[in-house]
Amino acid sequence: MIKTLLVKMVIIFSIAASASIETYQFDSPQQEARFRQLGFELRCPKCQNQAIGDSDAEISGDLRAVVYRMIKEGATDGEIKEFMVARYGRFVLYNPPLDQQTIVLWLGPVAILILGGVLVLLRIRRSTRALDQRDS
Amino acid sequence: MSRWAVWAPLAIFSILVGFFFKGLTLDPGAQPSALIGKPVPPFQLTDLHTGKVLTRQTLPARPFLLNVWASWCITCQVEHPYLTELSDRLPIVGLNYKDSETAAKNWLAKLGDPYATQIFDPSGRLGLDLGVAGAPETFLVDSSGVIQLRIQGEVNDRVYQRQIRPLLETLK
Repeated sequence: MIKTLLVKMVIIFSIAASASIETYQFDSPQQEARFRQLGFELRCPKCQNQAIGDSDAEISGDLRAVVYRMIKEGATDGEIKEFMVARYGRFVLYNPPLDQQTIVLWLGPVAILILGGVLVLLRIRRSTRALDQRDS
Repeated sequence: MSRWAVWAPLAIFSILVGFFFKGLTLDPGAQPSALIGKPVPPFQLTDLHTGKVLTRQTLPARPFLLNVWASWCITCQVEHPYLTELSDRLPIVGLNYKDSETAAKNWLAKLGDPYATQIFDPSGRLGLDLGVAGAPETFLVDSSGVIQLRIQGEVNDRVYQRQIRPLLETLK
């Protein structure tokens, strides 16, 4: 029972994963892995919340073709991302680098977490002190 | 509970309302172009009508609009009458984007041709270098070939009055 369910799930998900079928030939599995990884990390400029790897938008197909060509030509991941950012801006990066513009984005959650922790600690210390006073 | 802590939920709520209110007026589809303040990227394409080679050097030497369009693009048809009207005021260079030559020529023959020049870019290569995500898109380029403004979607009188005209006046 569980086995057939698992098999069905695998089939369903593999259909979804192959939504955009293109035949790209790579020289090595590493190249193909890089192509897939970049497909996840580069955001489709037309469709707000999709990566170019799983978008059927025309522009995503074009950008995948560019990524493919650049990988074939021996460009590094950094060079490919730079190429995209030069044309489509920071928007295309799902994983933006840490710098002045993105520091709030990256460190904001940590700062809020620390602030919350400090508040909780203060609260605990105050209430234990109140308890101590009452007990003594 | 201290006195100020009572107001904390209201304060947090107000801040959130502020963010949401701002969010209402933001267009998530509108992205600033990475090319504002940069020159039009180099290209070597042909003129749709004459087949002559066009490059960055053949662009008008005064402020102009670079309009990215295609015959398959519905919104391009919508903005077309307004572009025709605008073409009296400043030159409009067409960038025929990922289109077929016949379809593009038929479209212009049917709806009229307001374009000063028509760059034919069937592969979308220049479109890609311009960071075009889809048609229509329009760029305001100054007399030295530097991109000043990008408009995604339809150009109409509201867009012209609010965005293009104020900037155009500073360029003259």
